[in-house]
Amino acid sequence: MGEMMDMRTKSRGFLDSLVSLIGRIVIALFVPTVTFIVLWQGFIFLRDSNAPQWLVVIVAIIWGVGGVAALYFVANWLVEKLSPDWVRRLQPFVFVGPAVAILFWYLALPALRTLYLSLRSANSSQFVGLRNYIEVFTNRVMLEAFRNNLMWILVGATLSVVLGLLVAYLADKSRFETFAKAMIFLPMAISMVGAGVIWNFMYEVKDTASAQIGLFNAIWVGLGGQPQAWTATLQPWNNLFLILIMVWLQTGYAMVIFSAAIKGVPVEILEAAQVDGATEGQVFFKILIPSIVPVIITVGTTVIIFTLKIFDVVWVMTGGQFSTQVIATQFYRELFTANNAGYGSTIAIILLIAVIPVMIYNLRQFREQEAF
Amino acid sequence: MSAKDKSGKPKKLSTDLAVNGTLLLIVIIWTLPIVGLLVSSFRNRFDIQTSGWWTVFPHKEFKMVEEFPIPEGLDRNGVMDIRGATGTFEEFREGITSPEGQLLVWVGNKRLGVIQVQENVWVTNPNFTLDNYKEVLGGQEFEFKQPDGSVTKVKGNNLTRAFLNSLAVAIPATVIPILIAAFAAYGFAWMRFPGRKVLFVGVVALLVVPLQIALVPILRDYVALNLNGTFMGVWLAHTGFGLALATYLLYGYISTLPREILESAFIDGASHFTIFIRLVLPLSIPALASFAIFQFLWVWNDYLIALIFIGAKPDVQVLTMRIAELVGSRGNDWHLLTSAAFIAMALPLLVFFALQRYFVRGLMAGSVKG
Repeated sequence: MGEMMDMRTKSRGFLDSLVSLIGRIVIALFVPTVTFIVLWQGFIFLRDSNAPQWLVVIVAIIWGVGGVAALYFVANWLVEKLSPDWVRRLQPFVFVGPAVAILFWYLALPALRTLYLSLRSANSSQFVGLRNYIEVFTNRVMLEAFRNNLMWILVGATLSVVLGLLVAYLADKSRFETFAKAMIFLPMAISMVGAGVIWNFMYEVKDTASAQIGLFNAIWVGLGGQPQAWTATLQPWNNLFLILIMVWLQTGYAMVIFSAAIKGVPVEILEAAQVDGATEGQVFFKILIPSIVPVIITVGTTVIIFTLKIFDVVWVMTGGQFSTQVIATQFYRELFTANNAGYGSTIAIILLIAVIPVMIYNLRQFREQEAF
Repeated sequence: MSAKDKSGKPKKLSTDLAVNGTLLLIVIIWTLPIVGLLVSSFRNRFDIQTSGWWTVFPHKEFKMVEEFPIPEGLDRNGVMDIRGATGTFEEFREGITSPEGQLLVWVGNKRLGVIQVQENVWVTNPNFTLDNYKEVLGGQEFEFKQPDGSVTKVKGNNLTRAFLNSLAVAIPATVIPILIAAFAAYGFAWMRFPGRKVLFVGVVALLVVPLQIALVPILRDYVALNLNGTFMGVWLAHTGFGLALATYLLYGYISTLPREILESAFIDGASHFTIFIRLVLPLSIPALASFAIFQFLWVWNDYLIALIFIGAKPDVQVLTMRIAELVGSRGNDWHLLTSAAFIAMALPLLVFFALQRYFVRGLMAGSVKG
């Protein structure tokens, strides 16, 4: 510092600006370096330390959240050191860049890489053309998975949407609307693994000599039936008992959206119909439903996409055994049990192809509604 | 129509009953599974296995009131009369109701049996305990009493650790994507730069891409980068898979902020960064909160991403993984499974009840998630 002052008094002008430039560069390098070192140390600590777990957890949370914020601050600080012209040019990329980079690394690029892997053999060592695709579409287990997924979509998605609509309609007419809606919606907060435990317990089966502790079998035996292993026997109808869980989880979602839509239908139209002597059923089917068709399509699409990727429920309930495998469980099985990256990737690509119509629809909607 | 009903206009009682009755029935069906889980998680481990959870509620059940030896001088191969009830040995084995309404049951064989007198009485079975929670949460030895009085020791399941790990995964995996998405949303909404439109169309296109598409390549990157089984790896994965929706939703909110407020800040010489931190973030809190709850529940409840990117590392495993593991290894130990599942549900339920309004709003905004 003293030296710098010395120099400044000796020769202003060129040397001065050189020093200040060097100083600025040093600081500009120093801050990111320190940030980086601190973050790196944090990472090493989290990975290797034997500190008590609560401490690790607290450090992890602070490090993760603080680190990201710090990176933005530092990057922006660096950019704002530049001339206004460059600030204008570069600052947008400080804002948008990280999101775009992550989306590129985690979704866009993997789609291409998975496509590439799907054209290669099990250990990705050689090119096999479309053979994986042919095998996936001829393999008995996979075909069964497709059938099951179709059943999930036809039964599960339909039931969720219909029940959601019914509850939304009933709740709208009831004095206990808030309470009823909260209760139907509640399962949305529960993980599918948790739901798996809950329903495994509902379906629990004991031998004939003991008391049934699962509600389904207790009722069934009470009605004079034999105890059933609901999710294992009666193939392929055992799938329905898994689908029931999804309906239980998803009806609340459909209900909430429908409820808002129903409230959006002008009361005057409905009252006018009733004055003209329309019955409840007529009002419901001929006026209410037609006026919320777009919402039904949106909800239906969302539930179908959700159903298409269903994994946790099946995995926890049956592990995909007893002919309950679906596309996503086969994906996992091929990838991690059979170590067949070619097959696994092919299944992932099939899932992607299945949602492409929705993607196109979204893009079209976006182009229409947005003066971007 | 709600306006009409709630404004108290006269209305058919039968319709009202039908509506509320159906609704009540659906609500009961919907809540029964959760009630069963909750009740069971507080029951003694032996009770869970031998009687349904609904028996804790008052119900009628035959209870033994006395036992007496077979009276002398009866023809054990023919029809017998015991306390006014008549029947053969086989019929008594099944139980015969006496004139006083008691059930007489022959217990044991024909020669040495006794008669049990059972009465149909109201009983409850409320034998509640916190032992199950102690056992699943604890990591140390756990002692419990067998029905015969002897004490057995088992190792606890240490779900406390998994709970903390779930927090360590879920909090950053909620905040990080929101922060990144908010920056991006602001950039897309209020900055002009080449490629802006193309990039945002890309975001919209990625909204519904199933995450399965990314698992194989990302897993390979993680192995190469040594990120597998680290918190950072999981955060980044959740960020990557949640970011498209977050950016899209926050863009929808941030782009509709009133232009005048931002412009006057510009005129005062504030930079984009300052405006974003000081003005836009605070103004966007409702949108941020909605998405935060949505993302938090999604991450907390996630199983697939944890399964793939955390794998078998026990010291970083999250709750959903541990529970799925328990289902596999201790599938019949309902005292453990019910309490473990309830521990995993407790936080989401709390968030749900406390912040339901925000949650619903977030849900309505983001219908399609990949």
